[in-house]
Amino acid sequence: MRSYSFTLNGRQVTVQAPADMPLLWVLRDLLGVTGPKYGCGVGVCRACTSHLDGAEIQPCVVPVADCANRAVTTIEGLADGDTLHPVQQAWMDCDVAQCGFCQPGQIMAATALLKRTSHPTDADIDAIENICRCGTYARIREAIKKAAESGD
Amino acid sequence: MDRTEPLPSAGPSRRRFMVYTVAAATLTVAAPLACTPSRAEGAEPSRAASDVLVTGTDEEMLVLEVTEANHIVVRLPRAEVGQGITTAVAMMIAEELDARLADVRIPLADARTKGNQYTGGSSSVSSLYGPARQLAATARAKLVTAAARRWHLPARTLRTRDTMVVAPDGRTATFGSLTASAARIHRPAVPSKPKPASRHRVIGRPTTRIDARDIVTGRAKYAGDVAVAGAKPTVVARPPTIRGKLVSVDDRAARALPGVHAVVRLPGGVAVVADTFHHAFRARDALRLTWAPGPLARLSDAQIRARLKAAVPRLGTPPHGSTPVEAEFAFAFVGHAPMEVLTAVADVRADRAELWFSSQTPMDARDAVAQAVGLRPSKVKVHVVRAGGSFGRRLNYDAAIEAALVSKAARRPVKLMWSRGDDIRHGRMRPASHHRIRASVAGGRVVAFEQVMASVSESYDDAGLSAQGGVRAASGPLPSQTGLYNFGRVSGDSGGIELAVPLGAWRSVDSGTVRTAEEIVVDEIARKLGVDPVAFRRTTLRGKAVRAVLDKAAAAGHWGRPMPDGCAQGIAVHEEYGSRVACLAEIDASDPKNPRVTKVVMAADVGTAVNPRGLEAQLMGATTDGISVILQAGLHIDRGAVRESSFADFRYARQRHAPLVFEAHILPSTGDPGGAGELGVPAASGAVANAYARATGTAPRSFPLTF
Repeated sequence: MRSYSFTLNGRQVTVQAPADMPLLWVLRDLLGVTGPKYGCGVGVCRACTSHLDGAEIQPCVVPVADCANRAVTTIEGLADGDTLHPVQQAWMDCDVAQCGFCQPGQIMAATALLKRTSHPTDADIDAIENICRCGTYARIREAIKKAAESGD
Repeated sequence: MDRTEPLPSAGPSRRRFMVYTVAAATLTVAAPLACTPSRAEGAEPSRAASDVLVTGTDEEMLVLEVTEANHIVVRLPRAEVGQGITTAVAMMIAEELDARLADVRIPLADARTKGNQYTGGSSSVSSLYGPARQLAATARAKLVTAAARRWHLPARTLRTRDTMVVAPDGRTATFGSLTASAARIHRPAVPSKPKPASRHRVIGRPTTRIDARDIVTGRAKYAGDVAVAGAKPTVVARPPTIRGKLVSVDDRAARALPGVHAVVRLPGGVAVVADTFHHAFRARDALRLTWAPGPLARLSDAQIRARLKAAVPRLGTPPHGSTPVEAEFAFAFVGHAPMEVLTAVADVRADRAELWFSSQTPMDARDAVAQAVGLRPSKVKVHVVRAGGSFGRRLNYDAAIEAALVSKAARRPVKLMWSRGDDIRHGRMRPASHHRIRASVAGGRVVAFEQVMASVSESYDDAGLSAQGGVRAASGPLPSQTGLYNFGRVSGDSGGIELAVPLGAWRSVDSGTVRTAEEIVVDEIARKLGVDPVAFRRTTLRGKAVRAVLDKAAAAGHWGRPMPDGCAQGIAVHEEYGSRVACLAEIDASDPKNPRVTKVVMAADVGTAVNPRGLEAQLMGATTDGISVILQAGLHIDRGAVRESSFADFRYARQRHAPLVFEAHILPSTGDPGGAGELGVPAASGAVANAYARATGTAPRSFPLTF
């Protein structure tokens, strides 16, 4: 096992882990960061969606070795203290969540989308692959548009 | 316990709900969850409050405590699986207490020893609406009385707001500051009757979930997130076929891997306990296992469908001189696939056990776990944790039993998680079914309507005919015979086959197939008669309330507006759980292999809608379910194994399949609340199928359509 250091939600962390250990389990089982959820382990459901150097990743298929000396952001790192990120605030305002299990991933995917394009079209939003088994998609769409407006 | 006088509830049913006072240092009141039978109108209770105090809380009751920290705490004997029951109950409590919603806490109750702790059948709001409001109204009366005594003012001059009692001179006292003295009040000086609906300001107001902030910040804790000291990640190697039998295990390589603590044989597979889930999955994959094929290893979908079709009871004789409109439908197996895979934490010791998992039936789960590990049920503590979705899946507690068995064998606490592959390939399924419907038309109207069907039921035999499709006797009338339509002689029958496959109730249960099939046929009858589907329903539906939701959906959704080629509208209605709903769906099927539902308008009448925002969410979810099961999501059985293994091939709808526009219209009502969690599925399924049929000129018969 080797030692890997990276920035997690603004703080430097170091873990002892096998090189191929997925970041998801490093976060959840070694660091106790449980916002990113396991939903499939193969990058398909995207419940674990987080950011690596600001870009969207699925930590269940990213080995920890790929994160060395880089910046990982999970749902826990999105708000600025008690001030929610505009995407989180839009999620509250639209009451998007039902069971809530996929929503950390949905929010991180939406945040990454809004970074790439400040005013996403319906087609851009349709390209989000994250599964919501409760079927909250209409409110997700509404919240993304609301967050985009709040950024103006 | 101190029995406070029973009071009539404010609801139109005039059911009465008893409230008791629990002897405690802080104000604690309790209401039984089973409804007490209605008394004769006008009959007053024979006595007022008793002064008899009993210590301890009754396990059967809904208990409300006002803490000195000014929180209102109600331990809810229901599971929160995303349906929003904790928010709805918090609203009922906040309404009657005049408390701030933020001061109301609704933790989930541990498994109890008796009483009603069942979450299912869309029954939670209707079963809690009376008791929860009566409980809070009683607590309020006592708090007001305590303040009156403190201030030496007449109780009737005091008001309540924002979790405080307010005097006419503006003095305030928080409920928390009054709770100790209110606990000693037995005869409130003001009425403890719930408010009339006309004075509701919380109930009926669209309200954001009370746990929304926890969810969006990642703080909401599911079973896999609960920190239980020393609970080791555990996964299970399962057979390639359903109920395959383990022949041999060579676990030397697995045990030799770093971070592996134990390998445990289970009835359904081989569990690996490790330091992390990464190590557990690695070791699982290093197990050298041989399996005997499961009991269905020679069966695939084609045979199952043929056997189902053969098990459908015969249609009766149509009325003389009538013209038949006939149709046959097949529905595939569907997985529940909640986002949170089954997960349970178990700590089983020699003399006791403690578990953490989400359960719709925690009392049954506790008893089953106790039996599995050889403990008395009283020695097993089950903490109910919020669930990442359920859709009926958490009526069963497969993972909890496995976790308990592994913990016992490995002599350590474990956190057992099914993989997504386990969930899809070995999880439970909505049974496949086959339906035959005949409407008999004479003189321009339906004079007889019959549906006969067969579905799969679960066999627990591992061998022989009964495990492989033995025919089950006809099991009586269908659940759909509610007389929704004026269709003359309505009849039905059902049969089925038994298969050794894991099945479970799936949101809306039989109505999801039976009523969907009927709504498709209703459209086909209208077409045969040359009548518009909405107009046909309007003239044939029996109930005013269901006609009202139909009219609302049709008007709000601009029924009949011109649609481009390949696009169409579809409509369907459903009535169940004391509620009714209509769904209007618009579909773009210009590529029939890749249809997109573009817009959905629903109208619902569920009686009093406690949280219209939560109700809208349930209708939205049901719409996504309808789109999924009708157009694209199902499970195949190939030689005794489920073909699919993740959301890559179990094609539950994603954003690109969801409507661009979704509207829910909630009809005003002051009636008792009905059920809503499952209500929307049959109407959404029917509307999507009918829209597809109208857009493509086809007659959809086998679901999902793209499979």
